[in-house]
Amino acid sequence: MSILVIADHDNKALGGATLNVVAAAQKIGSDITVLVAGHGANAVAEQAAKVSGVTKVILADQAVYAHQLAENVAALVAKIAKNYSHVLAASTTTGKNILPRVAALLDVSMVTDIIAVESANTFKRPIYAGNAIATVQSDEAIILGTVRTTAFEAVANDTGSASVESVADAENAGVSTFLSEEILQSERPELAAARVVVSGGRGVGSAENYHAVLDPLADKLGAAQGASRAAVDAGFVPNDMQVGQTGKIVAPELYIAVGISGAIQHLAGMKDSKVIVAINKDEEAPINAVADYWLVGDLNEVVPELVSKI
Amino acid sequence: MKALVAVKRVVDANVKVRIKSDNSGVDLTNVKMSINPFCEIAVEEAVRLKEKGVVSEIVVVSVGAKEAQEQLRSSMALGADRAILVETNDEIGALEVAKVLKGIVAEEKPELVLLGKQAIDDDSNQVGQMLSALMGSGQATFASQINIEGDKAQVTREVDGGLQTIELSLPAVITSDLRLNEPRYVKLPDIMKARKKQLDVKSPADYGVATGTKLNTIKVENPPERKAGVQVSSVDELVEKLKNEAKVI
Repeated sequence: MSILVIADHDNKALGGATLNVVAAAQKIGSDITVLVAGHGANAVAEQAAKVSGVTKVILADQAVYAHQLAENVAALVAKIAKNYSHVLAASTTTGKNILPRVAALLDVSMVTDIIAVESANTFKRPIYAGNAIATVQSDEAIILGTVRTTAFEAVANDTGSASVESVADAENAGVSTFLSEEILQSERPELAAARVVVSGGRGVGSAENYHAVLDPLADKLGAAQGASRAAVDAGFVPNDMQVGQTGKIVAPELYIAVGISGAIQHLAGMKDSKVIVAINKDEEAPINAVADYWLVGDLNEVVPELVSKI
Repeated sequence: MKALVAVKRVVDANVKVRIKSDNSGVDLTNVKMSINPFCEIAVEEAVRLKEKGVVSEIVVVSVGAKEAQEQLRSSMALGADRAILVETNDEIGALEVAKVLKGIVAEEKPELVLLGKQAIDDDSNQVGQMLSALMGSGQATFASQINIEGDKAQVTREVDGGLQTIELSLPAVITSDLRLNEPRYVKLPDIMKARKKQLDVKSPADYGVATGTKLNTIKVENPPERKAGVQVSSVDELVEKLKNEAKVI
């Protein structure tokens, strides 16, 4: 079993998601190569070489890979993939953008959102917004899959000593160009990797109230902040804070849902959290069914009181 | 320009699904079915582009059972001009659906192909990317804004850190995210009009595609249940439980 892992990165640092994907790869085999496709990404390759369990790093450092456009990166991966039995990427927007394209180029089916490795060709994945778990077996010659990062514990990032090999390929499909990006700046931990997440829903009422009520709680707990789709659609917070089937999937140790009713869509994104706390004025809110502790009350009074007592 | 939009018939988003007792799949008998929400957004976007004078004709296509005609009719009521149903009762995987769509693209030659970013039943998020690869075109997944000028499309995509804008040469494949638009309500006269619109029925074999998939579903089961929680009556009790029982703060 030789496994190719596509590194998640921003050309400067290796994304934490890669450590979870390597953990999933280790359940399949021990011959693990990490591909870093980017531009000016030497530091990323060096970090990847130190990841526990990685035997080789391939660095494709070319201007055409600078923004990881799917057309260019998929062509490169498809070329390299022919020497491997498995190709894995994180279920991030980048992984989901690129890997299905690679699969079609290789004429193979692909598995999305692997949450468990049963054997080298059998995996578990959630379907119907996490309301069912399917066990699927792939009969393809090369097995491609994206890995739900919260389902695998990250491997160490400082014990490996892999070799780094550069490749000169510069695939340019010439059909797409990067124009611009708006990346959100935040001092809080990254949502998908945070130990504690504080989320607000429609019940917080407004953008001002979201920050007035939830910022102090998140600060006190060192938590990342999330939101339900209703809060995002109402304009309280930007969409990359959305937790749910169509947003981010999180599984922190503690998830505090404030003013969130708990639609299926939202539950799909957080119901694997270790401890769930719901603060809601509605005694019948569906969120209570998955919560370990729920408190019925006015969030504008309860949350500040909570901040003062922890 | 011509736009092709792919739609899927799926279990309605508000239905709580039940697993069959033999663990072979999800029980779909007597369950409310609808157009996949992401597909509806893709249709709405095509209609808006037509209203702006960018798109001249909208063809909707669905691959699946005969009943998917209902979703094609709803798409035509939203504003699509005609429909193609590629009818099959067999299981068909994402790669095979992409191949059928590739066959339709070769016949219809649309400049723009719109799909939803994922179907809410299998949650695969693959077909648009696969189709784009088969076409050798550019792709813009998770689109929240589309601007078409001449033979280029500028698309803003929802990515993990925020937003990214890319430019594609047409023809191209774009998959819609939830925030792309809010689909309109269909009026009764439009439903009546949609009944008269053209709907062609084809089969996967017409496009040289065999049904089936090399991903075999061995088992479908319920997710592990969470143990029932407790209601706490005060903030003090909550803090006490989080500190001493759950030990998370």
